[in-house]
Amino acid sequence: MDIALLRKEFPQLQETVYGRPLVYLDNAATSLRPRSVIAKWDEMSSRYSANLHRAVHYTANVATEEFESARAAVAAFIGASDPSEVVFTSGTTQSINLLAFCLGESLVEEGDEILIAECEHHSDIVPWQLLAERKNLKIKVLPVDERGELRIDILPSLLSPRTRLCCVAQVSNVLGIVNPVKEIARFCHDNGTLLLVDGAQGVVHCKTDVKALDCDFYAFSGHKIYAAPGTGVLWGRKALLDKLPPYMGGGEMIGTVKWAGSTYAEVPYRFEAGTQNIAAVPTLKPALQLVQSLDTKEDNERSREVVDFLFDGLQAVDGLHIFGNPRRRGDKIPLFSFAVDGAHHEDLALILDKMGIAVRSGQMCAEPLMDRCGVTGMLRASFAPYNTIDEARYLLESLRKAINMLRG
Amino acid sequence: MNSIEDAKRQVEEDFGMYEQWLDKYEYLIDLGKDLEPFPEELKTEDRLIKGCQSRVWLDSRIEDGRLFFRADSDAIITKGIISLLISVYSGHTPAEIAADDFGFIERIGLRENLSPTRANGLLSMIQTIRREAEANV
Repeated sequence: MDIALLRKEFPQLQETVYGRPLVYLDNAATSLRPRSVIAKWDEMSSRYSANLHRAVHYTANVATEEFESARAAVAAFIGASDPSEVVFTSGTTQSINLLAFCLGESLVEEGDEILIAECEHHSDIVPWQLLAERKNLKIKVLPVDERGELRIDILPSLLSPRTRLCCVAQVSNVLGIVNPVKEIARFCHDNGTLLLVDGAQGVVHCKTDVKALDCDFYAFSGHKIYAAPGTGVLWGRKALLDKLPPYMGGGEMIGTVKWAGSTYAEVPYRFEAGTQNIAAVPTLKPALQLVQSLDTKEDNERSREVVDFLFDGLQAVDGLHIFGNPRRRGDKIPLFSFAVDGAHHEDLALILDKMGIAVRSGQMCAEPLMDRCGVTGMLRASFAPYNTIDEARYLLESLRKAINMLRG
Repeated sequence: MNSIEDAKRQVEEDFGMYEQWLDKYEYLIDLGKDLEPFPEELKTEDRLIKGCQSRVWLDSRIEDGRLFFRADSDAIITKGIISLLISVYSGHTPAEIAADDFGFIERIGLRENLSPTRANGLLSMIQTIRREAEANV
C-alpha cells in the first residue's frame, strides 16, 4: 500500500507533541489504531451494546455474530484448524496465565520441568514461576548467544523426559530476532514436550501459520496488531484444549449448574468466563484485514529498507551497542534495542521525547535478558509499516544530538 | 545561610530563564555534572530510592542540627533534578524542611513534563527527603 495512503488511515499520526509532529516509534509496546478499527469499536459501542450468546433479541444476535466473526477471522489469519481453537483473552499476558493455570491443573505433575527461553518477556516467565511454586516444578532456561540468537545447539541437552513444556517468543520484544520456532518444535515434539509460542511481536511482523510453526499453543495481543486494547488470543490444538479444565468460573463457561456440581462448556467457551470485551474484540477483524493488505512486495521492501538503514546508521554511532544482531539480517524485524556509552537510556528517552519521538527506555519487561546483556536498561525504537524512512533518519539525527548533549 | 524560600526563588528564577524544554534539559544536565561526587561506598541498597527508572541514591546526615543531603544517579537529567532538590533543601533544619510544601516543583513545571513513571521517581525523591526530615524533627 502507498505509505501516504496508509498513514492517512491512522489519525494519531496527525498529532503533534510539544509543537512537533509525533514520531511514534513505540509500536512494540502498543501500535496505533486505523480508522477501520476505530469505526468498528465505535459501531459496537454506539449501536450494538448487548451481552453475547445468551439473549434472543436482535442486538444481542448482532453483537454475538460480530464477536464470532472476529474469532473466525483470527482462526483464518493464524491458520487454525477451526475457530473453536481460538480463545479470546484480554491480551498475551492473560493468555499465558490462563494456559499456565489450566496446564497446572491437568497436564503437569510435581517434578516436571518447563524450559523457557532467556529472551522471554516477563509475561512468559512469571506465570510459569507462579505455577512452578504451586506445583513444585523446575524451570530451566534456554540461553541466547552473544548475537541474541537462541542456543538451539544445546536445546537437546536441556530437554529431559520431564520437560513438559517449552516457552519461546516467535520474536523477542527486545532483540527483534525471529526465532527458529519450527526447529525448536521438532526437538520438542521428538521429546514429547509441548511448545508454547509467544507471538505478541511475531504475529505483527511475520506471516504466521500455527500449523507451519508446528507449535501447540500460540498467544498474541490485539493492541500490538492495530486492534483495540484489552483483546488477545490463546490458540491451542483442539485435542489439547479439550483436556484442559476451566480457568475462571461463571458466565459463558458453564454447561449446567446444580448444587450437586456443575458441568462446563465446550472449548473455547469453557475459557471465556464472565462478560467479554464486546466492543473491542470485533475490531480484530478489520485490524487483521489491514495486516493482510500490507503483505505486498512494496510493503515488505519498505520494512527491509528501514531495517537496513537503521542497522547501518546505528552501528555507525560511536559507542552504540545494538542488542540483537542475527547472523542473517532477514531474521531481524524493524525493532532496535541499544545502549550508548556515556548516555543513559532514560536521559536519551527524555530528550528524544522533547524532540517529538516516542521510544521506550528501561528493562522492557525482560529483566533476565537485561542481566544477560549486562545493562540496567536499553533504549528501544520499534517501527510499524506506517513509519517512514524519513522518521528513521530523524531518529538517527536526533539521537546523535541527544548523545552530544549528554556527553558534551 | 539563605532560607528555603530564597533557595526556591533562586531555582525558579534560573529555571524560568529557559523557554524551551531542551534548554531546560541542558541546564539540568549541567547541574547534574556539577553535583558534588558521591562516594562509591554509599551506593548501597538502603540508599536507593524506589520508584525511579534510573538508579538514584540519597544519603543524609545531621550536622549541628541541620540536615545535609548528598545524592547520585546513573542518569544525568535525574541527577540534575536531584541537584535542584539538594540546592533547596540541604543544610536546613529538619523542622524547616518538614514544614515545606515542595510546591516549587510544580511551579517550575517539572512534574507535568515528566512521564508518569518519571514523575513517580521525582515524587519518591521528594518523599525520601521529607521522610528524612520528619524522622529528625
